[in-house]
Amino acid sequence: MPAGLDAVTALKGKWASVTDRASLDHPAINVPAPDLLAVLGSLKQDHRFDMLVDISGVDWADRSKPRFTVVYHVFSTATHEYVRVAADCADDAAPEVPSATGLWPGADWHEREAFDMFGIRFTGHPDLRRILMWDGYPHFPLRKDFPLAGIETVLPDAEVVAETKTGAIAAPMMGGPFVAAPGQLNMSEAEPRAKDESWTERRPKPDV
Amino acid sequence: MPAEYAFPDSAAKTAHGEFETEKMSLSMGPSHPSTHGVLRIQMELDGEVVTKADPVVGYLHRGDEKIAENMTYNQFVPYTDRLDYLAPLANNMAYAIAVERLAKLEVPPRCQAIRVITAEMARISAHLLGLGAFGIDVGAWTVFLYSFTEREKLYKLFEELTGARFTTSYTRIGGVARDVPEGWTGRVDAFCEQFLPLLEEILNLLTRNRIFVDRAAGVGVISKEDAIAYGLTGPNLRACGVPLDLRKDKPYSGYEQYEFDVAVGTKGDGYDRYLVRGEEMRQSVRIIRQAIAKFPGGAWYAEDAKRIIAPPKSKVLTSMEELIQNFMIVTEGPLMPAGEVYFEAENPKGALGFYIVSKGGGVPWRLKIRAPSFCNLSILPKVCVGAMVSDVVSILGSLDFVMGECDR
Amino acid sequence: MGGRLSGCPTIEVSVGRKGRAKAKGRGRVKRNLRVPFSSIRTLFAERDKTFLRGLTRPVRWGGFCPNSTMVSANTELTYNSKIEGDVIVSRADSVINWIRSNSMWPMPMGLACCAIELMATAASRFDIARFGAEVMRFSPKQSDVMIVAGTVTYKMSSALRRIYDQMSEPKWVIAMGACASTGGMYRSYAVLQGVDRIVPVDVYVSGCPPRPEALLDALIKLQEKVKREPSASKLLSA
Repeated sequence: MPAGLDAVTALKGKWASVTDRASLDHPAINVPAPDLLAVLGSLKQDHRFDMLVDISGVDWADRSKPRFTVVYHVFSTATHEYVRVAADCADDAAPEVPSATGLWPGADWHEREAFDMFGIRFTGHPDLRRILMWDGYPHFPLRKDFPLAGIETVLPDAEVVAETKTGAIAAPMMGGPFVAAPGQLNMSEAEPRAKDESWTERRPKPDV
Repeated sequence: MPAEYAFPDSAAKTAHGEFETEKMSLSMGPSHPSTHGVLRIQMELDGEVVTKADPVVGYLHRGDEKIAENMTYNQFVPYTDRLDYLAPLANNMAYAIAVERLAKLEVPPRCQAIRVITAEMARISAHLLGLGAFGIDVGAWTVFLYSFTEREKLYKLFEELTGARFTTSYTRIGGVARDVPEGWTGRVDAFCEQFLPLLEEILNLLTRNRIFVDRAAGVGVISKEDAIAYGLTGPNLRACGVPLDLRKDKPYSGYEQYEFDVAVGTKGDGYDRYLVRGEEMRQSVRIIRQAIAKFPGGAWYAEDAKRIIAPPKSKVLTSMEELIQNFMIVTEGPLMPAGEVYFEAENPKGALGFYIVSKGGGVPWRLKIRAPSFCNLSILPKVCVGAMVSDVVSILGSLDFVMGECDR
Repeated sequence: MGGRLSGCPTIEVSVGRKGRAKAKGRGRVKRNLRVPFSSIRTLFAERDKTFLRGLTRPVRWGGFCPNSTMVSANTELTYNSKIEGDVIVSRADSVINWIRSNSMWPMPMGLACCAIELMATAASRFDIARFGAEVMRFSPKQSDVMIVAGTVTYKMSSALRRIYDQMSEPKWVIAMGACASTGGMYRSYAVLQGVDRIVPVDVYVSGCPPRPEALLDALIKLQEKVKREPSASKLLSA
């Protein structure tokens, strides 16, 4: 049996809270946040999945289950296999999972990015601050309730703002984005419709 | 090469006989000739030696992942071009294969061969620029100009195939945009033939150059364990001695049919990274030639994937069924099943990964781009400590990252 | 000598060897505007008509109608020059603008993919050195034109504006590419929708990325724009 499936079976045997996750390619498991570090540690030490390739946050927005999930992908340089580990954040308003920086120092930046984009806090992270947006940015861009065009914000450099009298504006979407809602197979539902955030430089954003 | 520097005692001692020093804070970038794009490194210096380095990225964060949630899969292809903008065709291919994994779609052999040829040409192009930039950083202008001459020849070939010099947007989900033009593979072969001796000439400028060796050898040494712990991939990882190459270890798009070697270094310093990239270019030429020799006939897109790839225009404009198919694919996007996939391809900079969460339909729910340069840069705080400021420049050049990818 | 062009500061440039000029009793440079001799001498060949033709040819407007407040009140901007033996009498404007336009040192604000095309323009095939602009100084104090090549994000915008402020006069800006001109295809929360929101732009180049020829065309247009500037009066009044 390939090492990935072996590992998953072993983990499920050791921790009852580890369950299978639907996946189209690699073996994947769901782990609740309290057991996450133990499971990842076991994957790293016992099953030789020594490289952490990716940490991503996912915002499910309108599902009944927990809103945020943190998905880890680990890779074994020996057997060349991936395993996906997904941990749901218990609290929707203040999502939190333990930080994997103790196991892999490379997790540092990935977790900062997940914090920057989603607002997921990683307890135990040595230096959790924004990495892609500037430090004082007040929003979490990849959340589903944040519009693609952005929200008007003041730029961090006060001198430049005073000189240029500009700030971060909501990008003019010109009636777009025109995109069909994902997952709709009904033709009339699937017609691309302008999403609510559409506004142009001539027609201001309607008050929602 | 950095050695133990003994500061002359007499010069530094104050009247009280004590050595007074002060740490200086220096911000290198974001607009800097040697930071390869918009990278800012906030450094703390003790004289010329770096005691703390904190890279600040995000100056090129354009919101690609949010944009992906609002675009159909085919509409997102131009954004993948601009990730690693030195090798756009390789990014296009990685993205297309990732989405095709969602649909469990296998493209025909001709399409795979075209993708392999273009990806390897993109690899040559990216490494040439990486070497050129590294050369400029340590003071060698000629390498840059020579390598750009070769890249212009590659640009001409790309333009013939795709219509654009770079930022090609060539792949589609389920195939490529168009077939290769008449005689194109012959011209690629001719390019390869004249390229190999010129490559030796370019590398000769640096490989045994005393100044270059002094600036690159022993600088920025990364150990194997560190490289794996920080998630380094690509030539940076192979230079440390880890023989991981996704083309050989997890072959995709027909790479298993081609014979090529994987360049692996020993010491993990800047000089090894340079040598690994040079060797990779030679191996790329080898792969391209094999692919051209075996170039299969047939379709360049998956003809039976009706709801994924648009049929050719001649059929669209004459037949009703193809018209409807084209309409659905353009408006709604290629119809993908619900599920999650993660796919990594061996890009010139490292392993470019796409994690796609789909709820069905033509638009992804979440698209995470795992950028090799993001992970390669995360090792900077460790590697720069103890190096001098000019060594930092050399380390940046040897790590060869691209900010478009790092920040997305 | 300066009758036709009275009212404007003129310079007299003597051509030929020192001895001859001195023998003819003319001074080398008159008035208060000096130009570096060695560079002009090589170009002011005695019987070289092409340069003089350039000086005497009226400036093409090409359909572009300038705002009258942008140019000086004296709209006779033809560079009528007079040749007397070895001396060319010309308007200060023409010489200053000619010098400025043919040695535009760019400050490459190479941010993203357009920077690669900028590098390609500087490389051998498209050779920006023909236009005197190969000196890509990353130091704002030593450069004339800032070529914003690539996407400007809000995070980067303050750095860009500060660098623009540090450039010394005269300075121009070329917005290269779609992202710099209007935000390009990145209509998102993080991208500045056009660099003209923070710096005044002289030439916009469209393309994603623009071909090197397009960038050279932009440089030529900028050179023509520079040639129309009333630089002497600006220098004297500033």
